[in-house]
Amino acid sequence: MTHNIYIYIFIMAAVTYLIRVTPLTLIRRQIKNTFIRSFLYYVPYVTLSVMTFPAIIHATQSPYSGILALIVGIVAAWRGWDLFRVALCACGAVLLLEFMII
Amino acid sequence: MYTIGLKNNKTTFYRGMKDGIPIGLGYLAVSFSLGIAAKNAELSAFQGLLASFLCSASAGEYAGFTVIAADASYFSMVLATLVANIRYLLMGCALSQRLDGKAPLRHRLLMAFHLTDEIFGIAISRKTEINPYYSFGAALTAAPPWAVGTMLGVIAGSLLPNNLVSAFSVALYGMFLAVIIPKAKEDRTVFAVVIVSFALSLTASLAPVISQLSEGMRTVILTLIISSAAAIFFPVKDEEAENDA
Repeated sequence: MTHNIYIYIFIMAAVTYLIRVTPLTLIRRQIKNTFIRSFLYYVPYVTLSVMTFPAIIHATQSPYSGILALIVGIVAAWRGWDLFRVALCACGAVLLLEFMII
Repeated sequence: MYTIGLKNNKTTFYRGMKDGIPIGLGYLAVSFSLGIAAKNAELSAFQGLLASFLCSASAGEYAGFTVIAADASYFSMVLATLVANIRYLLMGCALSQRLDGKAPLRHRLLMAFHLTDEIFGIAISRKTEINPYYSFGAALTAAPPWAVGTMLGVIAGSLLPNNLVSAFSVALYGMFLAVIIPKAKEDRTVFAVVIVSFALSLTASLAPVISQLSEGMRTVILTLIISSAAAIFFPVKDEEAENDA
């Protein structure tokens, strides 16, 4: 570890706050540029997708339970359940499968 | 809503606090899983608490922790945090359109501090013009469980049996899915974009050279490429972006 964790945290916090505060204080009119609007529209879904897969498979003890969690999570979210219940379903699936196979 | 006066602000504030409670409960479970990620990046319990108190961003913090775990440069921390959190820029834009133009700067500064997906969601779903006091109330009950949960994750992550840790580790991904999937169901382009993101992310984790980059950097690069391509080929009509934001 050659870097200081507090500096990392400070950078995280500063960048996160700047992103949140800039539009709220500066932009008082609508953004008109279609590319920027579209880009901003897609970003959250792309980032979250990229971070979820294949990372979810390596997060668990067995890759099978990771895959099951992914499937169960997708089904639960598809049915429109809220974030808390989707998260719980994914956890439950992992617990159940690992209890059986390990 | 500044004209209505102190009494109304107080009522709105309490209403926000009440609506923030279920959000806080959900946060507690999910941030526990984030705490496990923090522990894997060798953060102490206090550092986990501090990071969550200062950032209040699931995906952003998670991306940050992967940067710390990889001991990557400070600059890649800037990039990773920027990309993982850029959706808040869009939410901030949407929120700014619904705020009373006379809202003082200090209220805007304070509101920005805890602008999370959920607080944004409940604030924007209110019919009236947004009163910052509603957000303040919601943040007051939802923010502490987020920070405390992260700290507990760092501490208890090592005490719990392996299969429980394994189970909690996927809570965060479950929350990500709860954001992505409903939108993919409703918008076919997003559906395609999600599939492409999954596929390219898997490819990038296996491909030579690219797989050597840190997870955070790969996320940044893939997000920039895929979102730009989607924006060029499938530009969003104004209403869609507004409804989403």
